[in-house]
Amino acid sequence: MQGASNILLEGNNLSRLFAGLGVSIQIALVSVLLSIPLGILVGVFMTSRSRVVRFILRFYLDFIRIMPQLVLLYIVFFGTAAWFGVSFDGYTSSIVVFTLWGAAEMGDLVRGALESIPRMQYDSAYVLGFDRRQTFTCIILPQAVRRLLPPAVNLITRMVKTTSLCMLIGVVELIRVGAQIIDLNRFAHPDGALWIYGAIFFMYFFVCFPLSLLSRYLEKRASK
Amino acid sequence: MSETPDNDIILSVKDLVKRYKGSEQPVLNGVSVDVRRGETVVVLGPSGCGKSTLLRCIVGLEDIQGGEVVLNGKVISGSARTSALRQRIGMVFQSYDLFPNKTVLGNVTLAPLVVQGREKEEVNAQAEQLLQRVGLWDKRDVYPSTLSGGQKQRIAIVRALMTNPEVMLFDEVTAALDPEMVHEVLQVILELSDQGMTMVIVTHEMGFARAIADQVVLLDGGGVVECSHDPESFFEMPSTQRAKDFLGTFEFRREKRAECT
Repeated sequence: MQGASNILLEGNNLSRLFAGLGVSIQIALVSVLLSIPLGILVGVFMTSRSRVVRFILRFYLDFIRIMPQLVLLYIVFFGTAAWFGVSFDGYTSSIVVFTLWGAAEMGDLVRGALESIPRMQYDSAYVLGFDRRQTFTCIILPQAVRRLLPPAVNLITRMVKTTSLCMLIGVVELIRVGAQIIDLNRFAHPDGALWIYGAIFFMYFFVCFPLSLLSRYLEKRASK
Repeated sequence: MSETPDNDIILSVKDLVKRYKGSEQPVLNGVSVDVRRGETVVVLGPSGCGKSTLLRCIVGLEDIQGGEVVLNGKVISGSARTSALRQRIGMVFQSYDLFPNKTVLGNVTLAPLVVQGREKEEVNAQAEQLLQRVGLWDKRDVYPSTLSGGQKQRIAIVRALMTNPEVMLFDEVTAALDPEMVHEVLQVILELSDQGMTMVIVTHEMGFARAIADQVVLLDGGGVVECSHDPESFFEMPSTQRAKDFLGTFEFRREKRAECT
Protein backbone atom coordinates (compact mmCIF):
# COMPACT_ATOMS: atom_id res chain seq x y z
CA MET A 1 0.00 0.00 0.00
CA GLN A 2 3.05 2.18 -0.32
CA GLY A 3 1.29 4.48 -2.78
CA ALA A 4 3.91 5.65 -5.18
CA SER A 5 2.61 9.19 -4.90
CA ASN A 6 4.04 9.18 -1.41
CA ILE A 7 7.57 9.33 -2.62
CA LEU A 8 7.11 13.03 -3.27
CA LEU A 9 5.57 13.63 0.11
CA GLU A 10 7.87 11.36 2.05
CA GLY A 11 10.44 12.93 4.30
CA ASN A 12 11.86 16.10 2.81
CA ASN A 13 11.92 14.80 -0.76
CA LEU A 14 9.82 17.58 -2.17
CA SER A 15 11.73 20.32 -0.43
CA ARG A 16 14.97 18.72 -1.61
CA LEU A 17 13.67 18.86 -5.17
CA PHE A 18 12.80 22.52 -4.73
CA ALA A 19 16.28 23.16 -3.36
CA GLY A 20 17.68 21.45 -6.46
CA LEU A 21 15.46 23.64 -8.62
CA GLY A 22 16.82 26.60 -6.69
CA VAL A 23 20.39 25.64 -7.61
CA SER A 24 19.41 25.27 -11.28
CA ILE A 25 17.70 28.63 -11.29
CA GLN A 26 20.60 30.21 -9.44
CA ILE A 27 23.14 29.03 -12.02
CA ALA A 28 20.90 30.20 -14.85
CA LEU A 29 20.11 33.52 -13.20
CA VAL A 30 23.68 34.45 -12.31
CA SER A 31 24.83 33.45 -15.81
CA VAL A 32 22.03 35.41 -17.45
CA LEU A 33 22.74 38.50 -15.36
CA LEU A 34 26.41 38.31 -16.37
CA SER A 35 25.60 37.43 -19.99
CA ILE A 36 23.40 40.42 -20.68
CA PRO A 37 25.95 43.22 -20.20
CA LEU A 38 28.76 41.07 -21.63
CA GLY A 39 26.56 40.06 -24.57
CA ILE A 40 25.71 43.68 -25.35
CA LEU A 41 29.43 44.48 -25.36
CA VAL A 42 30.19 41.48 -27.57
CA GLY A 43 27.33 42.42 -29.92
CA VAL A 44 28.43 46.02 -30.24
CA PHE A 45 31.99 44.94 -30.98
CA MET A 46 30.70 42.38 -33.50
CA THR A 47 29.46 45.32 -35.57
CA SER A 48 32.88 46.96 -35.26
CA ARG A 49 34.62 48.22 -38.36
CA SER A 50 37.81 46.43 -37.36
CA ARG A 51 38.15 43.13 -39.18
CA VAL A 52 40.43 41.76 -36.48
CA VAL A 53 37.88 42.45 -33.74
CA ARG A 54 35.11 40.94 -35.84
CA PHE A 55 37.21 37.86 -36.60
CA ILE A 56 38.11 37.25 -32.96
CA LEU A 57 34.50 37.52 -31.85
CA ARG A 58 33.30 35.37 -34.73
CA PHE A 59 35.84 32.74 -33.69
CA TYR A 60 34.67 32.97 -30.08
CA LEU A 61 31.04 32.57 -31.09
CA ASP A 62 31.68 29.65 -33.43
CA PHE A 63 33.91 27.92 -30.90
CA ILE A 64 31.20 28.14 -28.24
CA ARG A 65 28.50 27.09 -30.70
CA ILE A 66 30.32 24.12 -32.13
CA MET A 67 31.29 22.72 -28.73
CA PRO A 68 28.57 20.81 -26.93
CA GLN A 69 27.91 22.56 -23.63
CA LEU A 70 28.91 19.39 -21.84
CA VAL A 71 32.37 19.48 -23.41
CA LEU A 72 32.73 23.09 -22.35
CA LEU A 73 31.76 22.13 -18.82
CA TYR A 74 34.39 19.35 -18.80
CA ILE A 75 37.03 21.66 -20.24
CA VAL A 76 36.48 24.25 -17.56
CA PHE A 77 35.92 21.83 -14.70
CA PHE A 78 38.76 19.39 -15.42
CA GLY A 79 40.86 21.35 -17.89
CA THR A 80 41.56 24.41 -15.80
CA ALA A 81 42.72 22.24 -12.94
CA ALA A 82 44.94 20.06 -15.14
CA TRP A 83 46.42 22.85 -17.28
CA PHE A 84 46.50 25.91 -15.10
CA GLY A 85 46.37 24.45 -11.63
CA VAL A 86 43.26 26.51 -10.89
CA SER A 87 40.50 24.43 -9.48
CA PHE A 88 36.94 25.60 -9.90
CA ASP A 89 34.17 23.75 -8.12
CA GLY A 90 31.29 22.49 -10.24
CA TYR A 91 29.06 25.42 -9.39
CA THR A 92 31.64 28.03 -10.42
CA SER A 93 32.59 26.07 -13.54
CA SER A 94 28.94 25.96 -14.52
CA ILE A 95 28.55 29.70 -14.14
CA VAL A 96 31.74 30.31 -16.13
CA VAL A 97 30.56 28.08 -18.99
CA PHE A 98 27.00 29.38 -19.04
CA THR A 99 28.23 32.95 -18.98
CA LEU A 100 30.67 32.32 -21.84
CA TRP A 101 27.87 30.64 -23.77
CA GLY A 102 25.25 33.24 -22.89
CA ALA A 103 27.52 36.17 -23.73
CA ALA A 104 28.38 34.65 -27.13
CA GLU A 105 24.77 33.90 -28.06
CA MET A 106 23.48 37.15 -26.60
CA GLY A 107 26.22 38.96 -28.50
CA ASP A 108 25.05 37.41 -31.75
CA LEU A 109 21.45 38.40 -30.98
CA VAL A 110 22.56 41.95 -30.21
CA ARG A 111 24.56 42.04 -33.44
CA GLY A 112 21.56 40.82 -35.44
CA ALA A 113 19.26 43.34 -33.79
CA LEU A 114 21.68 46.20 -34.41
CA GLU A 115 22.17 45.22 -38.03
CA SER A 116 18.42 44.96 -38.57
CA ILE A 117 17.96 48.66 -37.87
CA PRO A 118 17.62 50.31 -41.27
CA ARG A 119 20.53 52.45 -42.46
CA MET A 120 18.08 55.33 -42.90
CA GLN A 121 17.56 55.56 -39.15
CA TYR A 122 21.22 56.48 -38.84
CA ASP A 123 20.89 58.98 -41.69
CA SER A 124 17.83 60.58 -40.10
CA ALA A 125 19.65 60.94 -36.81
CA TYR A 126 22.70 62.33 -38.57
CA VAL A 127 20.86 65.10 -40.36
CA LEU A 128 19.14 66.06 -37.11
CA GLY A 129 22.57 66.65 -35.61
CA PHE A 130 22.91 63.59 -33.39
CA ASP A 131 26.51 62.55 -32.85
CA ARG A 132 27.51 58.89 -33.00
CA ARG A 133 27.11 58.23 -29.30
CA GLN A 134 23.72 59.96 -29.11
CA THR A 135 22.55 58.13 -32.23
CA PHE A 136 23.47 54.82 -30.66
CA THR A 137 22.05 55.40 -27.18
CA CYS A 138 18.93 57.41 -28.08
CA ILE A 139 17.86 55.95 -31.39
CA ILE A 140 19.49 52.68 -32.37
CA LEU A 141 19.81 50.84 -29.06
CA PRO A 142 16.19 51.33 -27.89
CA GLN A 143 14.94 49.95 -31.21
CA ALA A 144 17.43 47.10 -31.14
CA VAL A 145 16.38 46.12 -27.60
CA ARG A 146 12.76 45.83 -28.69
CA ARG A 147 13.76 43.40 -31.42
CA LEU A 148 16.23 41.67 -29.15
CA LEU A 149 13.95 40.89 -26.22
CA PRO A 150 11.94 37.95 -27.61
CA PRO A 151 14.98 35.91 -28.75
CA ALA A 152 16.85 36.89 -25.59
CA VAL A 153 14.08 35.45 -23.43
CA ASN A 154 14.19 32.29 -25.52
CA LEU A 155 17.91 32.08 -24.89
CA ILE A 156 17.29 32.39 -21.15
CA THR A 157 14.81 29.50 -21.38
CA ARG A 158 17.45 27.40 -23.11
CA MET A 159 19.97 28.28 -20.44
CA VAL A 160 17.59 27.24 -17.64
CA LYS A 161 17.00 23.88 -19.32
CA THR A 162 20.64 23.27 -20.08
CA THR A 163 21.65 23.63 -16.43
CA SER A 164 20.62 19.97 -16.21
CA LEU A 165 24.03 19.15 -17.69
CA CYS A 166 25.73 20.59 -14.61
CA MET A 167 24.97 17.39 -12.71
CA LEU A 168 27.67 15.73 -14.79
CA ILE A 169 30.36 17.82 -13.17
CA GLY A 170 29.00 17.16 -9.72
CA VAL A 171 26.61 20.05 -9.22
CA VAL A 172 23.67 18.96 -7.12
CA GLU A 173 20.92 20.63 -9.11
CA LEU A 174 17.37 19.56 -9.84
CA ILE A 175 18.05 16.46 -11.96
CA ARG A 176 20.82 15.23 -9.65
CA VAL A 177 18.60 15.63 -6.57
CA GLY A 178 15.89 13.69 -8.38
CA ALA A 179 18.31 10.92 -9.25
CA GLN A 180 19.48 10.74 -5.65
CA ILE A 181 15.94 10.42 -4.33
CA ILE A 182 15.14 7.70 -6.87
CA ASP A 183 18.30 5.77 -5.94
CA LEU A 184 17.57 6.06 -2.25
CA ASN A 185 14.03 4.72 -2.66
CA ARG A 186 14.81 2.07 -5.25
CA PHE A 187 13.27 -0.72 -3.18
CA ALA A 188 10.55 1.13 -1.28
CA HIS A 189 9.30 2.83 -4.45
CA PRO A 190 10.26 0.89 -7.57
CA ASP A 191 8.20 3.25 -9.74
CA GLY A 192 9.53 6.35 -8.00
CA ALA A 193 11.32 7.51 -11.15
CA LEU A 194 8.03 8.22 -12.84
CA TRP A 195 6.87 10.44 -10.01
CA ILE A 196 10.14 12.21 -9.48
CA TYR A 197 10.76 12.93 -13.15
CA GLY A 198 7.11 13.89 -13.46
CA ALA A 199 7.61 16.42 -10.69
CA ILE A 200 10.81 17.63 -12.33
CA PHE A 201 8.94 18.04 -15.59
CA PHE A 202 6.39 20.28 -13.95
CA MET A 203 9.08 22.27 -12.17
CA TYR A 204 10.90 23.04 -15.41
CA PHE A 205 7.57 23.68 -17.05
CA PHE A 206 6.48 26.25 -14.49
CA VAL A 207 9.78 28.06 -14.79
CA CYS A 208 10.10 27.96 -18.58
CA PHE A 209 6.51 28.28 -19.74
CA PRO A 210 6.03 31.80 -18.34
CA LEU A 211 9.29 32.76 -20.07
CA SER A 212 7.95 31.33 -23.29
CA LEU A 213 4.72 33.32 -22.87
CA LEU A 214 6.73 36.43 -22.11
CA SER A 215 8.76 35.94 -25.27
CA ARG A 216 5.62 35.55 -27.35
CA TYR A 217 4.11 38.66 -25.79
CA LEU A 218 7.26 40.68 -26.44
CA GLU A 219 7.37 39.46 -30.02
CA LYS A 220 3.82 40.63 -30.59
CA ARG A 221 4.62 43.98 -29.05
CA ALA A 222 7.83 44.39 -31.04
CA SER A 223 6.09 43.77 -34.34
CA LYS A 224 3.56 46.50 -33.65
CA MET B 1 31.37 86.09 -45.04
CA SER B 2 33.96 88.05 -47.00
CA GLU B 3 34.45 85.09 -49.31
CA THR B 4 30.98 85.33 -50.79
CA PRO B 5 30.52 87.92 -53.44
CA ASP B 6 26.76 87.83 -53.00
CA ASN B 7 25.72 88.14 -49.37
CA ASP B 8 22.30 86.82 -50.21
CA ILE B 9 23.72 83.44 -51.10
CA ILE B 10 23.16 81.21 -48.11
CA LEU B 11 24.18 77.89 -49.61
CA SER B 12 26.63 77.38 -52.38
CA VAL B 13 27.78 74.19 -54.07
CA LYS B 14 30.98 74.64 -56.05
CA ASP B 15 32.33 72.18 -58.60
CA LEU B 16 31.12 69.25 -56.57
CA VAL B 17 32.52 65.88 -57.57
CA LYS B 18 31.08 62.68 -56.11
CA ARG B 19 32.33 59.27 -57.09
CA TYR B 20 31.02 56.16 -55.38
CA LYS B 21 33.57 53.60 -54.32
CA GLY B 22 34.34 51.07 -57.01
CA SER B 23 32.84 53.04 -59.87
CA GLU B 24 34.96 55.05 -62.26
CA GLN B 25 32.24 57.30 -63.54
CA PRO B 26 31.46 60.07 -61.06
CA VAL B 27 27.77 60.55 -60.20
CA LEU B 28 28.31 64.27 -59.93
CA ASN B 29 31.07 65.81 -61.96
CA GLY B 30 31.57 69.49 -61.23
CA VAL B 31 28.11 70.55 -60.12
CA SER B 32 27.64 74.14 -58.98
CA VAL B 33 24.46 75.62 -57.53
CA ASP B 34 23.90 78.84 -55.61
CA VAL B 35 20.93 79.14 -53.30
CA ARG B 36 19.80 82.58 -52.15
CA ARG B 37 18.16 83.24 -48.82
CA GLY B 38 14.45 82.55 -49.00
CA GLU B 39 14.75 80.95 -52.40
CA THR B 40 13.23 77.67 -53.47
CA VAL B 41 15.46 75.68 -55.78
CA VAL B 42 13.95 72.72 -57.57
CA VAL B 43 16.36 70.08 -58.84
CA LEU B 44 15.04 68.03 -61.73
CA GLY B 45 16.53 65.26 -63.79
CA PRO B 46 16.07 61.68 -64.93
CA SER B 47 16.37 58.84 -62.45
CA GLY B 48 19.94 58.12 -61.44
CA CYS B 49 21.24 61.52 -62.49
CA GLY B 50 22.48 62.22 -58.97
CA LYS B 51 19.74 64.52 -57.66
CA SER B 52 19.46 62.71 -54.35
CA THR B 53 23.22 62.30 -54.17
CA LEU B 54 23.56 66.07 -54.49
CA LEU B 55 21.34 66.60 -51.44
CA ARG B 56 23.16 63.90 -49.51
CA CYS B 57 26.48 65.56 -50.30
CA ILE B 58 25.17 68.95 -49.20
CA VAL B 59 24.04 67.61 -45.85
CA GLY B 60 27.20 65.57 -45.38
CA LEU B 61 25.79 62.05 -45.62
CA GLU B 62 28.20 61.37 -48.45
CA ASP B 63 31.87 62.30 -48.61
CA ILE B 64 32.86 64.20 -51.72
CA GLN B 65 35.85 63.80 -53.98
CA GLY B 66 36.13 67.38 -55.16
CA GLY B 67 34.68 70.85 -54.86
CA GLU B 68 33.08 72.28 -51.77
CA VAL B 69 29.83 73.08 -50.03
CA VAL B 70 29.60 76.56 -48.52
CA LEU B 71 27.00 77.59 -45.96
CA ASN B 72 26.87 81.27 -45.03
CA GLY B 73 30.32 81.80 -46.50
CA LYS B 74 31.89 78.93 -44.56
CA VAL B 75 33.14 75.78 -46.20
CA ILE B 76 31.31 72.91 -44.53
CA SER B 77 32.39 69.97 -46.65
CA GLY B 78 34.85 67.46 -45.31
CA SER B 79 35.73 67.13 -41.66
CA ALA B 80 34.16 70.46 -40.69
CA ARG B 81 30.77 68.77 -40.53
CA THR B 82 29.96 69.21 -36.86
CA SER B 83 26.69 68.46 -35.15
CA ALA B 84 26.00 72.19 -34.87
CA LEU B 85 26.37 72.58 -38.63
CA ARG B 86 24.11 69.69 -39.39
CA GLN B 87 21.35 71.23 -37.30
CA ARG B 88 21.41 74.23 -39.62
CA ILE B 89 20.44 72.15 -42.65
CA GLY B 90 17.26 70.11 -42.33
CA MET B 91 16.56 67.18 -44.59
CA VAL B 92 13.47 65.12 -45.30
CA PHE B 93 13.73 61.78 -47.06
CA GLN B 94 11.47 59.87 -49.38
CA SER B 95 10.87 57.13 -46.82
CA TYR B 96 10.02 59.47 -43.85
CA ASP B 97 12.18 57.39 -41.48
CA LEU B 98 10.43 58.37 -38.31
CA PHE B 99 11.67 56.69 -35.14
CA PRO B 100 9.20 53.79 -34.77
CA ASN B 101 9.62 53.47 -31.00
CA LYS B 102 8.75 57.10 -30.30
CA THR B 103 5.39 58.84 -30.40
CA VAL B 104 4.82 61.68 -32.82
CA LEU B 105 5.71 64.19 -30.12
CA GLY B 106 8.73 62.10 -29.13
CA ASN B 107 9.91 62.06 -32.74
CA VAL B 108 9.78 65.79 -33.21
CA THR B 109 11.15 66.80 -29.81
CA LEU B 110 14.03 64.31 -29.54
CA ALA B 111 16.66 66.30 -31.42
CA PRO B 112 15.88 69.67 -29.78
CA LEU B 113 16.00 68.04 -26.34
CA VAL B 114 18.96 65.71 -26.78
CA VAL B 115 21.09 67.43 -29.40
CA GLN B 116 20.35 71.05 -28.71
CA GLY B 117 19.71 70.66 -24.99
CA ARG B 118 16.76 73.01 -25.04
CA GLU B 119 14.12 73.43 -22.34
CA LYS B 120 11.25 70.98 -22.48
CA GLU B 121 8.48 73.59 -22.20
CA GLU B 122 9.88 75.69 -24.98
CA VAL B 123 10.41 72.65 -27.23
CA ASN B 124 6.90 71.39 -26.58
CA ALA B 125 5.47 74.79 -27.34
CA GLN B 126 7.28 74.85 -30.67
CA ALA B 127 6.17 71.29 -31.39
CA GLU B 128 2.57 72.24 -30.68
CA GLN B 129 2.79 75.24 -32.96
CA LEU B 130 4.33 73.29 -35.85
CA LEU B 131 2.13 70.23 -35.45
CA GLN B 132 -0.93 72.49 -35.35
CA ARG B 133 0.26 74.04 -38.57
CA VAL B 134 0.39 70.69 -40.37
CA GLY B 135 -2.87 69.65 -38.72
CA LEU B 136 -1.46 66.78 -36.68
CA TRP B 137 -1.37 68.08 -33.11
CA ASP B 138 -4.16 65.67 -32.12
CA LYS B 139 -1.94 62.79 -33.26
CA ARG B 140 0.90 63.76 -30.91
CA ASP B 141 0.63 60.69 -28.68
CA VAL B 142 0.30 58.00 -31.33
CA TYR B 143 3.09 55.91 -32.81
CA PRO B 144 4.17 56.38 -36.42
CA SER B 145 3.01 52.90 -37.49
CA THR B 146 -0.62 54.00 -37.10
CA LEU B 147 -0.24 56.99 -39.40
CA SER B 148 -0.74 57.27 -43.15
CA GLY B 149 2.20 57.99 -45.44
CA GLY B 150 1.14 61.59 -45.89
CA GLN B 151 0.84 62.09 -42.16
CA LYS B 152 4.23 60.49 -41.56
CA GLN B 153 5.85 62.74 -44.11
CA ARG B 154 4.30 65.84 -42.55
CA ILE B 155 5.65 64.71 -39.18
CA ALA B 156 9.07 64.18 -40.77
CA ILE B 157 8.96 67.74 -42.08
CA VAL B 158 8.05 69.06 -38.63
CA ARG B 159 10.84 66.98 -37.11
CA ALA B 160 13.36 68.56 -39.47
CA LEU B 161 11.99 72.06 -38.77
CA MET B 162 12.24 71.64 -35.00
CA THR B 163 15.98 72.29 -34.92
CA ASN B 164 15.35 75.64 -36.68
CA PRO B 165 17.44 74.96 -39.78
CA GLU B 166 18.34 77.75 -42.17
CA VAL B 167 17.99 75.55 -45.23
CA MET B 168 15.64 72.63 -45.84
CA LEU B 169 16.37 69.83 -48.27
CA PHE B 170 13.54 67.68 -49.61
CA ASP B 171 14.51 64.45 -51.32
CA GLU B 172 11.58 63.19 -53.40
CA VAL B 173 9.36 63.45 -50.35
CA THR B 174 6.20 62.46 -52.21
CA ALA B 175 7.63 59.64 -54.31
CA ALA B 176 6.53 56.93 -51.87
CA LEU B 177 3.08 58.37 -51.23
CA ASP B 178 -0.29 57.38 -52.56
CA PRO B 179 -1.43 60.02 -55.04
CA GLU B 180 -4.17 61.40 -52.81
CA MET B 181 -1.64 62.10 -50.07
CA VAL B 182 0.81 63.95 -52.24
CA HIS B 183 -1.15 67.17 -52.08
CA GLU B 184 -1.27 67.49 -48.29
CA VAL B 185 2.50 67.17 -48.12
CA LEU B 186 3.23 69.55 -50.98
CA GLN B 187 0.84 72.05 -49.41
CA VAL B 188 3.01 72.11 -46.28
CA ILE B 189 6.11 72.74 -48.40
CA LEU B 190 4.35 75.50 -50.33
CA GLU B 191 3.44 77.21 -47.05
CA LEU B 192 7.06 76.97 -45.92
CA SER B 193 8.11 78.61 -49.15
CA ASP B 194 5.61 81.41 -48.58
CA GLN B 195 7.07 81.96 -45.14
CA GLY B 196 10.45 82.52 -46.67
CA MET B 197 12.17 79.23 -45.88
CA THR B 198 15.19 78.52 -48.05
CA MET B 199 14.69 75.15 -49.71
CA VAL B 200 16.25 72.75 -52.17
CA ILE B 201 13.70 70.32 -53.52
CA VAL B 202 14.23 67.20 -55.57
CA THR B 203 10.95 66.12 -57.09
CA HIS B 204 9.23 64.42 -59.98
CA GLU B 205 6.04 66.40 -59.50
CA MET B 206 6.34 68.75 -62.46
CA GLY B 207 3.24 70.78 -61.65
CA PHE B 208 4.47 71.34 -58.13
CA ALA B 209 7.96 72.19 -59.35
CA ARG B 210 6.53 74.79 -61.66
CA ALA B 211 4.36 76.26 -58.93
CA ILE B 212 7.03 76.56 -56.29
CA ALA B 213 10.40 77.05 -57.99
CA ASP B 214 12.33 80.28 -57.93
CA GLN B 215 15.22 78.52 -59.59
CA VAL B 216 15.21 75.31 -61.60
CA VAL B 217 18.29 73.14 -61.95
CA LEU B 218 18.26 70.30 -64.43
CA LEU B 219 20.85 67.63 -63.72
CA ASP B 220 21.90 64.98 -66.19
CA GLY B 221 25.02 63.02 -66.93
CA GLY B 222 26.68 64.20 -63.73
CA GLY B 223 26.41 67.89 -64.46
CA VAL B 224 24.03 70.83 -64.56
CA VAL B 225 22.39 70.82 -67.99
CA GLU B 226 20.34 73.92 -67.48
CA CYS B 227 19.88 76.33 -64.63
CA SER B 228 17.16 78.93 -64.80
CA HIS B 229 15.91 81.66 -62.52
CA ASP B 230 12.85 81.99 -64.66
CA PRO B 231 10.96 78.74 -64.12
CA GLU B 232 8.01 79.69 -66.32
CA SER B 233 10.18 80.09 -69.37
CA PHE B 234 12.15 77.00 -68.44
CA PHE B 235 9.00 74.90 -68.48
CA GLU B 236 7.55 76.67 -71.54
CA MET B 237 10.65 76.79 -73.72
CA PRO B 238 13.80 75.33 -72.24
CA SER B 239 16.95 76.55 -73.91
CA THR B 240 18.75 73.20 -74.25
CA GLN B 241 17.71 70.18 -76.24
CA ARG B 242 18.25 67.91 -73.26
CA ALA B 243 15.88 69.95 -71.14
CA LYS B 244 13.33 69.77 -73.96
CA ASP B 245 13.76 66.01 -74.13
CA PHE B 246 13.45 65.64 -70.40
CA LEU B 247 10.31 67.75 -70.16
CA GLY B 248 9.09 65.97 -73.28
CA THR B 249 9.00 62.67 -71.44
CA PHE B 250 6.28 64.13 -69.24
CA GLU B 251 4.40 65.57 -72.21
CA PHE B 252 4.60 62.29 -74.05
CA ARG B 253 2.84 60.47 -71.24
CA ARG B 254 -0.05 62.84 -71.31
CA GLU B 255 -0.52 62.46 -75.04
CA LYS B 256 -0.32 58.73 -74.73
CA ARG B 257 -3.09 58.80 -72.22
CA ALA B 258 -5.15 60.99 -74.53
CA GLU B 259 -4.66 58.51 -77.32
CA CYS B 260 -5.83 55.62 -75.19
CA THR B 261 -9.15 57.15 -74.21
